[in-house]
Order: sequence, then structure tokens, then C-alpha cells
Amino acid sequence: MSKLEPEQSVTDLTSVFAALGDAIRLELVTRLGRGQTRSIVQLAEGLEITHQGVTKHLRVLEQAGLVMSERSGREKHYRCVPEPINNARTYLDTVAVQWDEALVRLKSFVER
Amino acid sequence: MQDRIERSIEINAPVERVWRALTDHQEFGEWFRAKLDGPFKVGEVTRGQITYPGYEHLEWVAVIEKMEHERLFAFSWCPGASDSDLDPSTEPQTLVEFKLEATSAGTKLVISESGFSALPSDRRVDAFRDNNKGWEEQAKNIAAYVET
Repeated sequence: MSKLEPEQSVTDLTSVFAALGDAIRLELVTRLGRGQTRSIVQLAEGLEITHQGVTKHLRVLEQAGLVMSERSGREKHYRCVPEPINNARTYLDTVAVQWDEALVRLKSFVER
Repeated sequence: MQDRIERSIEINAPVERVWRALTDHQEFGEWFRAKLDGPFKVGEVTRGQITYPGYEHLEWVAVIEKMEHERLFAFSWCPGASDSDLDPSTEPQTLVEFKLEATSAGTKLVISESGFSALPSDRRVDAFRDNNKGWEEQAKNIAAYVET
């Protein structure tokens, strides 16, 4: 197996995974995942953290390119950006396939 | 979404045979498709050249993390760092673990790669960054790829 270079940039991967490696951020992304925009108040509903806490998490998600914000009057509304997650999933799938192929070569090598 | 991949395979050979294919750098190189410079040693860097057709310009670099006899072989590397255009300090450093288990048919091997959310530490960055120019010297020495 080689570390074949997938088309998407691996550099963005660490920030995407790091951003999603937090339960609250994962929940926020899930809530935004169906394509609607949400305000901080709406996103914070049912979560046991302050609005300030939600804002901090949203900032991390924004920096990783996972959400986008836009002004709606005096409020900020957020929505999910699907490409980084899809790219990350595709990258993982590619790596998994490479390992599958490497394991098959190992098996043939050892069993011959 | 987990930053982890896990795959497994059943091999009809004893654990000690599979262990050797993993931890002997020459055997590893044969099936992995890389020509490695020297033996695997815990805590040290192993380098080499990918011999996978079409990717022979890429370097293979890893820090050996664990060798627990016939149970666990692990190394860390930067999957993107073999491309000399990329800066290893911005690339994820992943941990690759091979776990072996004796079964009635031979060996169950589980491989996991994890840590895609982690950037390498400074010490690792140096290991992955040095010596990217080895390619030109290696070009003359690239072993012919042998079909297994």
C-alpha cells in the first residue's frame, strides 16, 4: 500500500476532525445538518451550556469550515457547510480501502 | 465521525509468521511495497522509498512506537508528508496499530489508523521533514517490484 494522495487536501482534515471530536460541536453540526439556518438561541435549546459557550463552539466550527454564519437583522444565523464533512468521509474511506488492499497483499505474502 | 479506521483480516498462518512479516523491515517492504532503509526499532525513525507502481517518488517515513512480541506492532507517520510539497507540521500525524490474535485457523490481524485530528509534535515533525531529497539518490536503487 502506498499513501495514495486523495484529491482533497489533507491539511483541512485535522481541523475538521478536531472540530467534530467534541460532543457538543457534533450535536450542533447535527442540528444544522438538515440544511436549515439557526440562531444561537435556537441552537442552545436543550443544551446545558450558555449561549456564550455555544458561540465559542460555533467559532471553532466556522474556523474548520463546517458552518457559515450570516446576519439576520441583529442576530447571527448559522448553517452547515457539507463539503468538509463529505471530504473527510471520502478521505477516510479511501484510506480504509488502501488498508484493505494492503492486508490482502500481506495475506498472500504470508500464505504463499 | 470518528477519526479512526479499523480493518481486519484472517490469515491462515501462525502468529509468529505474521509477526515476522510485519516487523522484519524487508518482509514488511515486500507486501507493503516500500524499500526500507533499516530494521524497525521502537522510538526510532525508519525511512525508505515507496515501490508501489506510480508512487515511487514518495518517501516512506515512520516513527516506530510499539513492538510487543507477537501481539502489537505500531508506528506513527504523517500520511501526507511523503509529498515533499506539503509541510508536515500542518498535516495529521496518525498512529497505525497492527494487533495480532491467534485463532484456530491461524491469525486474526486487526489494523487501525487513528489520530487524524492530531498534528504532529515538534519532534515528529523533524523526523518527517528531514531527508525529503533522498528520492534522487534512491531513484537509482529502486528495486524491481516483485509480484507475490
